[in-house]
Amino acid sequence: MRFVYFARVREAVGMDCEERDVPVTVHTVQDCLDWLRQCDGRYAAAFAEPARLRYALDQQMVTADTPLDGYGELAIFPPVTGG
Amino acid sequence: MKQVAVTAEPISTAMALDPLEHLGGGALASFTGIARADCGVVALELEHYPGMTEQNLNALVDEAMARWTLLGCVVIHRVGKIAVGEQVVVVATAAHHRAEALDACAFLIDRLKTDAAFWKKEHRTDGSALWVEAKSTDDARAEKWSL
Repeated sequence: MRFVYFARVREAVGMDCEERDVPVTVHTVQDCLDWLRQCDGRYAAAFAEPARLRYALDQQMVTADTPLDGYGELAIFPPVTGG
Repeated sequence: MKQVAVTAEPISTAMALDPLEHLGGGALASFTGIARADCGVVALELEHYPGMTEQNLNALVDEAMARWTLLGCVVIHRVGKIAVGEQVVVVATAAHHRAEALDACAFLIDRLKTDAAFWKKEHRTDGSALWVEAKSTDDARAEKWSL
């Protein structure tokens, strides 16, 4: 799966995107966050405040309980602040 | 007529209004967002999600054109480093009458703030840079347009 990060999350993770093989035990966006947090302290720091995180699967906004089935790209970012 | 653009080049209100001026309508409305010199801010930096951001803007324009009788709609958003005083976003609408043009224009900028994938960082005179936090007042304004 391809992971992409934006803004504060991108800076905390230390990269804008990466490819990772997701373990079979990871089914939802929330599972992904929990798994990445355990992989490295940078993710734990980047995802420390779930209330300030938003997610998109293949560029469609989703909630944390959404299954990853069939999607290729998970984006993790803070609430948007354009305009 | 609809036009959506995300660009790293300088933008202007005139760029957005030009294609709307000769559509036969009696009303043009526009909103222009300008980088402000708040508390030592010297520049903004706008980041976006290529592909998703354009989809978000197109969906908003389609929704505006479905809700109001419009002749045209233009949304231009700048990204990258933007100096204080330069334009960040321009939204413009054309309609036969002012009510449609004004309401659709307000809808587009209110919902752009909460629905389009952009993130804003403020660069200050002391060299520091801080990501702007989303505001609950923006959520409240966007929510007003819920059907």
